[in-house]
Amino acid sequence: MTALGQLTPRRRITDRVMRIVLAIGTAIALIPLIAVIYYLLSKGLGAWSIDLFTKDPTGNFLGDQGGIKSALLGTIEMVALASAIAIPFGWGVALYLVEYGRKGRFASTVRYFVDVMTGVPSIVFGLFVYATLVLSGWGGSSFSGWKGSVALALLMLPVVTRSAEVVLLLVPDALREAALALGTPRWRVTLRVVLPTALPGLVTGSLLAVARAAGETAPLLFTAAAVNGTTFNLGERMNSLPVQIYNDVQSPSDALVQRAWGSALALVTLILLTTLVARLASRRSRLS
Amino acid sequence: MTDPDTKTMTDDPRSTSSSDGGDASAPAPRVPLPPRSATSGAVSTATDREVLTTAPGISVTGLDAFYGSGHAIKDVSIEYVPNKVTAMIGPSGSGKSTVLRCINRMHEEIPGARATGKVMLDTDDIYGSGVDVVAVRRAIGMVFQKPNPFPTMSIFDNVAAGLKLNGIKGINLKERVEQSLQGASLWDEVKDRLNEPGIGLSGGQQQRLCIARTIAVEPQVILMDEPCSALDPIATLKIEELISDLKQRFTIVIVTHNMQQAARVADTTAFFLAGELIEHAPTAEVFTNPSDSRTEEYVTGKFG
Ligand SMILES: Nc1ncnc2c1ncn2[C@@H]1O[C@H](COP(=O)(O)OP(=O)(O)OP(=O)(O)O)[C@@H](O)[C@H]1O
Ligand SMILES: [Mg+2]
Repeated sequence: MTALGQLTPRRRITDRVMRIVLAIGTAIALIPLIAVIYYLLSKGLGAWSIDLFTKDPTGNFLGDQGGIKSALLGTIEMVALASAIAIPFGWGVALYLVEYGRKGRFASTVRYFVDVMTGVPSIVFGLFVYATLVLSGWGGSSFSGWKGSVALALLMLPVVTRSAEVVLLLVPDALREAALALGTPRWRVTLRVVLPTALPGLVTGSLLAVARAAGETAPLLFTAAAVNGTTFNLGERMNSLPVQIYNDVQSPSDALVQRAWGSALALVTLILLTTLVARLASRRSRLS
Repeated sequence: MTDPDTKTMTDDPRSTSSSDGGDASAPAPRVPLPPRSATSGAVSTATDREVLTTAPGISVTGLDAFYGSGHAIKDVSIEYVPNKVTAMIGPSGSGKSTVLRCINRMHEEIPGARATGKVMLDTDDIYGSGVDVVAVRRAIGMVFQKPNPFPTMSIFDNVAAGLKLNGIKGINLKERVEQSLQGASLWDEVKDRLNEPGIGLSGGQQQRLCIARTIAVEPQVILMDEPCSALDPIATLKIEELISDLKQRFTIVIVTHNMQQAARVADTTAFFLAGELIEHAPTAEVFTNPSDSRTEEYVTGKFG
């Protein structure tokens, strides 16, 4: 008993105090989160109806104000296109950095720029696309869905790249060596061994970027602008949930503010679903 | 500390640089490495004990290897005799793995690493300018210290990986996989679960799976870097038996820290120290009557 030494009363008290302090801290940190969820559910659920999801906004203040169908579909379309751009590019850059660049000067430069891009506020990407693609009327129209997608893709790219790089670094070198020692050329090792091994992790990281892009307002405000009607043509102006919320919540009409809560809940649900899929993917991961 | 060494070695006429491999002493034409057909179709089952094929030997001359500015291997020349097992022993950091990796040019996969000297597979200089590194590695397979099956692949696909990854066609995959698993004495244990993931096997089974994967591409030489150091004694014994089988078909080089293991499996044993080959002789001689005092000190456990 003496061999193990005794916990002095002081140490016991310090331990207990620390434990309580940390628990309180955690609880305080949770309060805003719970409050947000509470507000979303209590105000948003009341606004949910079949009409909300099946009708486009009418733009009227009074009378029938319509739903958010165009915003929901617009968000899905634009985020899908943005992902189709950002994910292959991001994975490509990450593969280059990890499999070929490693510690080279070019790779370090790229890595540095990716880091800088991660910190760039989303509105800057919106402004950039506005200045380059919208003002010049590129592609025939000023505001259009695909330009919104480009802004979102720029926003996603560094996040996708960074997370992919981390996952690819987790692939043990032993696997690369095993494949190389079988006489496999490096590009095949990358495509057939490294990529499949890392895939669940790559998917997880990318979906988190997708979820982030889905909630962005600023890059869309002056690229895709907004419109009431649903469109499946990415060359036209396009509505989106964040922009719809932004517009509705500013309106003096209580019903529209109510709709904003409904849209917000829809958006959060969308993001939650994406995150859920991401978690499922990461559970399949064979990397520790 | 390496500079003086480096200089003398590059001045040494024996250390032919890899880039000018076709010097006068090597009149061998720059043909691609011999096709694997030399051994194909001669896959033995565990019961065939006689030598079915003659694998080529490997002859290393004036090998120097570097990691950045670190001089890891100093002017090593060594012969690996066909269809024999050669063990490489020596204290940690003595350069055994580096020599091994120079033989199938895995050394150059490490950033900053390079090697000079001559490595001949039979009559082909594997560092010759016309030689494809991919062909070298198919002719000279490698088994690593830690079993490393591909985690996304089934047992079957792991064995077939070398063929599939390289798009080798015209082979009956099923047959080849079965032969290889039999060759690695793993067939009976896995024949009913070929579609289960390779990482679901025990460590010893995984290592035999890796051996099966290596022999499936029908190399001529197999390099093994401490293949048993992550395994328990029973799994180790199995691999050792397997090695004795495999030498009927392949030339085998094995790095080991286990002297009993070297004594059990190796025909000849090479002792390395600080990047130099101290002694290479028949195994019994190395362990009972070494000619160099440093070898004696090592094998009797006085250091290392
Ligand atoms: N990737 C590397 N980068 C730099 N130096 C290395 C690298 N790998 C090995 N070395 C150095 O090369 C020398 C030889 O190492 P090597 O791995 O060949 O030794 P070894 O005999 O296989 O040792 P062990 O028995 O521990 O496996 C050592 O001095 C080591 O520090
Ligand atoms: Mg080693």
